[in-house]
Amino acid sequence: MNPQSTLPPPAALPPKTGDPSAPAGPGRKDPRSEVRLFAGLGHVALAVWAVIVIVPILWTVLAAFKNTSEIFSSPWTLPAELRWENFSRAWTKANVGRYFLNSVIVVSCSTFLTMLLGSMAAYVLARYRFWGNRAIYYLFVSGLAFPVFLALVPLFFVVKNLGLLDTHTGVVLVYTAYSLPFTVFFLAAFFKTLPSSVAEAGMIDGCSHSRLFFQVMMPMAKPGLISVAIFNIIGQWAQYQLPLVLLSNAKDKWVLTQGIADISVNAGYEADWSGLFAALTIAILPMIIVYAVFQRQIQAGLTSGAVK
Amino acid sequence: MRHGKYPFVIGFLFAPVALYVTFVIWPYAQAFQISMTNWRGLSAPQWVGFDNYRRLLDDGAFWKAVQHHGVLLLALPLITIAIALFFSFLLNVGGRSSGGQRQGVWGAKFYRVVFFFPQVLAVAIIAVLFQMVYRPNESGLINGVLMKFGLEPILFLIKPNLALWSILAVLVWQAVGFYVVLFSAGMASIPGEIYEAAEMDGATKVTLFFRVTLPLLWDTLQVAWVYLGIAAFDCFAIVAVLSVDGGGPDGATTVLAMEIYRNAFVYSKYGYASAMGVALFFLTLTFAALTLRLTKRESVEY
Repeated sequence: MNPQSTLPPPAALPPKTGDPSAPAGPGRKDPRSEVRLFAGLGHVALAVWAVIVIVPILWTVLAAFKNTSEIFSSPWTLPAELRWENFSRAWTKANVGRYFLNSVIVVSCSTFLTMLLGSMAAYVLARYRFWGNRAIYYLFVSGLAFPVFLALVPLFFVVKNLGLLDTHTGVVLVYTAYSLPFTVFFLAAFFKTLPSSVAEAGMIDGCSHSRLFFQVMMPMAKPGLISVAIFNIIGQWAQYQLPLVLLSNAKDKWVLTQGIADISVNAGYEADWSGLFAALTIAILPMIIVYAVFQRQIQAGLTSGAVK
Repeated sequence: MRHGKYPFVIGFLFAPVALYVTFVIWPYAQAFQISMTNWRGLSAPQWVGFDNYRRLLDDGAFWKAVQHHGVLLLALPLITIAIALFFSFLLNVGGRSSGGQRQGVWGAKFYRVVFFFPQVLAVAIIAVLFQMVYRPNESGLINGVLMKFGLEPILFLIKPNLALWSILAVLVWQAVGFYVVLFSAGMASIPGEIYEAAEMDGATKVTLFFRVTLPLLWDTLQVAWVYLGIAAFDCFAIVAVLSVDGGGPDGATTVLAMEIYRNAFVYSKYGYASAMGVALFFLTLTFAALTLRLTKRESVEY
């Protein structure tokens, strides 16, 4: 996070008050009118964008409580009553509950596996010198450059030949494999920065290599692990193309993105619109809550990839 | 710490490497091979050399997709970066300076939190959301308002020359917040004294932006451009869910990922789809190399 965000907002609003005694740098030309104009326009632009971001989401949540005729006749009014039955219909009849649970199962398994395997590989590659170290490291990192779509057809057949098509196991393994390049790349850099004195002390005390990893290095790498875990959870939760290909024939195994997209794409004119809005709300609200709680960590985790 | 090193190293590397090679490296290697065959899944694949690639050259859908990538490749980074730069400048140095400490405008923290939010939603979910927003009758968010005022509804996703831009708008909607946070981090690391010195010399906010912020942020901008460019080469989820019958109307929004998916899993043309995948791979690689090459310049040390 950047240091400014922790500062309290300025006591007076420069654009609105235009306080003539505002401290201006010595020898500065009078820039107050320019500042006021710039900041004023800026405020308008910021507020407009905030509205553009919030309104579609708010509108969806409101529509989730309406019935179909209300949705069509008055998209902009509040619902006449809170129709919770839309949610129970979406949850059970449209299988959103099933999809949600599937997503939770798949993402928790694959993130756990990604973190375990990724940190093991990254640790060994970052802190042990052995023949082939660089080759394996670059093998992992090269995966960052390949678009998944290049491999889509062969991947489908690899999974099929292993008998893992239409299973959660297959999806978990594939998610993990495709999350490894970034995880290894990021964590290897992180493990390199950890001081080696602690590790050496542990070795002198007779600590085994694997105990050293699990009980000394992993706790020390916690900030890095959290960032990458958040990155992976959000990325894997959002996956759409891989489950679409790997789970196409097992509707009871579908994940949330796939399920909701399917409801929407197959919705005809007689569709259950309020149920679809409710389904969307079920998909969006938990993310809002999680984001509100872990906002700082999520921002740091997602942008960590771009910071060298 | 040398004793028993190799058993440990091998033990720790075996599972990750095995998994990675099976599901990532091996399929990638096979993709090049399958692209040289006429494999349709049933009989054994036959080697056809570069036939698939020759057919690509005459495939209208392929060229349409490439053209759309071209549009997205220019417009998505340009629009997103411009908006994000403007907002992050406001949020970090837009306010007045007090005691040498740069300050953002009032409410900067709130805006940063709100703008970033779409980033945590899945693209497929956002696509469903915007299907509702863009609906062509009075139940759509935008057309509901227009029709209340007695205006003609706008057919966002149905008009061929509007559909791609409607999709682009959604991509920008989602991406801006991420880049605001990214650029904010970059701006925070620019020392305040530089701004102070410039202001002493009478620099206005606009000058500050173009002469101080922009040059010192160049490396971050480069990263952003590459990221957005790579995103412009994907777009599968949004096109598959949001557009009219997957890349429509009449191919007006199709992208390569969509064509690969369609050829492979609807028409079972595995060889041909793989050839498209290889083409996409080289396009992405060329783009990344070109960007890094063209935007290369002396980075300013501070």
